[in-house]
Amino acid sequence: MSSSLLEVRDLKIEATAYPPGEAPRDITIVEGVSFKVEKGKVLGLIGESGAGKSTIGLSSMAYGRGGVRITGGEVFVNGNDILKAGPAGLRALRGHEVTYVAQSAAAAFNPAKKLMEQVIETTLHHGLMTRAEAEERAVSLFARLGLPKPESIGNRYPHQVSGGQLQRVMTAMALCPKPDLVVFDEPTTALDVTTQIEVLAAIKEAIADTGVAALYITHDLAVVAQVADHILVLQGGQMIEYGTIDHIINSPSEPYTQALVSVRSINHHEKSGGAPVLSVRDVTARYRGTKFDVLKNITLDLPEAQTLAIVGESGSGKSTLARVITGLLPPSSGEITFDGRVLPADFEARTRDDLREVQMIYQMADVAMNPRQTVGTIIGRPLEFYFGLRGDAKKQRVQELLDEIEMGEGYIHRYPAELSGGQKQRVCIARALAAKPKVIICDEVTSALDPLVADGILKLLLDLQKRENVAYLFITHDLATVRAIADSIAVMYQGRVVRYGGKTEVLSPPFDDYTDLLLSSVPEMELGWLERTIANRKMAAAGN
Amino acid sequence: MHPVIKLVAQRLALGLLLLFAASVLIFIGTQILPGDVAQSILGQSATPQSLANLRAELGLDVPAPVRYFNWLAGIMHGDLGKALTNGQDIATAMGKRLGNTLFLASCAAVIAVPAAILLGLIAVRYQGRWPDRVISTITLATVSVPEFLLGYIAVYFLSVQLRWFPSLATVYDGMTFGEKLYAVSMPVLVLVLVVLGHMMRMTRAAILNVMQSAYVETAELKGLRKFTIIARHAFPNAIAPVVNVVMINLAYLVVGVVVVEVVFVYPGMGQYLVDHVSKRDVPVVQACGLVFAAVYIGLNLVADVVSILANPRLRHPK
Repeated sequence: MSSSLLEVRDLKIEATAYPPGEAPRDITIVEGVSFKVEKGKVLGLIGESGAGKSTIGLSSMAYGRGGVRITGGEVFVNGNDILKAGPAGLRALRGHEVTYVAQSAAAAFNPAKKLMEQVIETTLHHGLMTRAEAEERAVSLFARLGLPKPESIGNRYPHQVSGGQLQRVMTAMALCPKPDLVVFDEPTTALDVTTQIEVLAAIKEAIADTGVAALYITHDLAVVAQVADHILVLQGGQMIEYGTIDHIINSPSEPYTQALVSVRSINHHEKSGGAPVLSVRDVTARYRGTKFDVLKNITLDLPEAQTLAIVGESGSGKSTLARVITGLLPPSSGEITFDGRVLPADFEARTRDDLREVQMIYQMADVAMNPRQTVGTIIGRPLEFYFGLRGDAKKQRVQELLDEIEMGEGYIHRYPAELSGGQKQRVCIARALAAKPKVIICDEVTSALDPLVADGILKLLLDLQKRENVAYLFITHDLATVRAIADSIAVMYQGRVVRYGGKTEVLSPPFDDYTDLLLSSVPEMELGWLERTIANRKMAAAGN
Repeated sequence: MHPVIKLVAQRLALGLLLLFAASVLIFIGTQILPGDVAQSILGQSATPQSLANLRAELGLDVPAPVRYFNWLAGIMHGDLGKALTNGQDIATAMGKRLGNTLFLASCAAVIAVPAAILLGLIAVRYQGRWPDRVISTITLATVSVPEFLLGYIAVYFLSVQLRWFPSLATVYDGMTFGEKLYAVSMPVLVLVLVVLGHMMRMTRAAILNVMQSAYVETAELKGLRKFTIIARHAFPNAIAPVVNVVMINLAYLVVGVVVVEVVFVYPGMGQYLVDHVSKRDVPVVQACGLVFAAVYIGLNLVADVVSILANPRLRHPK
């Protein structure tokens, strides 16, 4: 028995792995994890991908995602060991005592049903309220979570509301049956930074108002610092450190936690001046068959061997700009110049040498490589294509490139599936470098990576820039990355450049409204940041 | 205008265009068939003079494009022409046959469609366990066995050995509805077995595909029963592929049952067509082809429209 709302003792979770070409084997995902959550408290589960945070979170509902099995330990909810509850017992627990908020609300809502129907479904299913009562509660939750038109938003379908709104509706769905515990699984990770702060504030307020306890799962320590009372740091399925939020943020004892807290070790000194190697001149572009300009009068210069960061939220046009520069989307007006000469608008009209000079690295390294080719083939392809290298000469150059990305000889015969996320991105960098380009366009190259891994990639990119004199056009939504790597910055909003200049200049006041909103929305790793920021905004709004 | 109305209107227009194209193909196809009606009608008694006379009488001496437009104009007025061999009005003769075929098809569909969907849901509910395996194995067997063999097996056991049902599905005017149902029970059984497997397997696959979605996990974490999850959360999102396979099978029930009709000597469209093909009776073949094309296009049109209506993004735009 246990007097806590949730008590996990010595949890062990296993799954079956199917390594390519080998017999399936059982692997341990989580081992020796114990913790408690008291009524009305919030515990943050933090760690990088593969740390087992979501798996542990879902174990509080006795649920294993995919072939994951809880094979040891005990999980008490309100004093009952839920691992011993049968199917009927679990159905009574899920959606009533414990509810769940998923990372991607857009995928977690049934596209064929109205929101209200889904929000009150559990409440009705568990017979907790009448339909009218449940709808009334849902509307009041919508209002409390700051959703527009709380009375009627329930009549909409999931695709008819925005991602940030959907995440709030999902929170309302979790709170509707008056649960004792809500599991928040990275609820703001998929959102833009300016949306994240709103959703975060709404979630925090709702938790405080309803007195519900919560497990808050995230990889972002700065985010969890705003909502949690306690934090459990996980790595590779093991507990690293457990403590109050103050202890973890301000005086962590374990080296791993210290590394997480002080991530971003890069000190990059801003370069300025220099002749532009790539210029975008008054470019306006739209997609075929649409009447809407995605880019409006963009003018930018990328100096040789420097980094220009393009910052903006989803839909700001930053990736479209990359498509225009590479010639995938010819602009409706304006031009791209390289080394002082105008590049043909369409990539098909460009010479092979033009193509070689501008390379690209993508966000999703997995899908940017052919899974059936080895690392050697992947990196060797541009060597063959652009320089006609064959045989030993090619092999030697591939080896040099692998050395440059700090991966040894052993990787040449490996397939992408046998590499970690960071290694995959390194191979993509090597492939881009193989063409000896003057410009590499990096499209959100660190967004899918854990902070420590991303840090390593950024360091590598800076090193390579020094050695190879390559210029980066660095597209990202992450301002911390920009601070780490950029020489100059362009802030994009709704297809326009709203702020453009050297890094220090762009990141120093006075700000325009949008840049101010963007910068002030990035969570900082200090307690009370969220309240302060929200209060500042309210004051500013009242002042106007 | 609501985008759904526009989409549906587009589909309808496209269907009409397709039907028109089909009529051209049917006409050309029947023109390049080897053999000559006049020759086959007159047989041994044909002389050059009598052949020329008969051709003129049948309108075969007019150029093909002119005949096509005459034919098309007739169809627009509901006149499918007269059979060359016996001079009967095709619309009247075929109407009865088509009625019989539709009766047989409806009987089979009324049983097969709900059964296929229900069995598909059950197979998903018990995926990998014995109910799923039994259903999947049996339906695989019925899909794999040729339909005429299925027919003869059924005749051997149910008609010859057990003497439960008649082996000849003879229907005529004046039979009561019950008598008719009893008469067609054997071909209905065979047709149900043939189409059930295909529809059930596609339903199962379509729902299993949806079962991988994040919203099904959400439903599971709401503590809903497995069957509720399948029926309420998975099935509505699998309607489009299910309707498509259902419509293809319904089309088969009308258009493709000729073998089963022959096995049970059922007076339907299939038999009618085959009879007249062997007699080189071109107008009848053309009329049958056109009706089949219309049924096929019509049912697929219904599938398209249902798929559009089942998509909440199209039904409720932003």
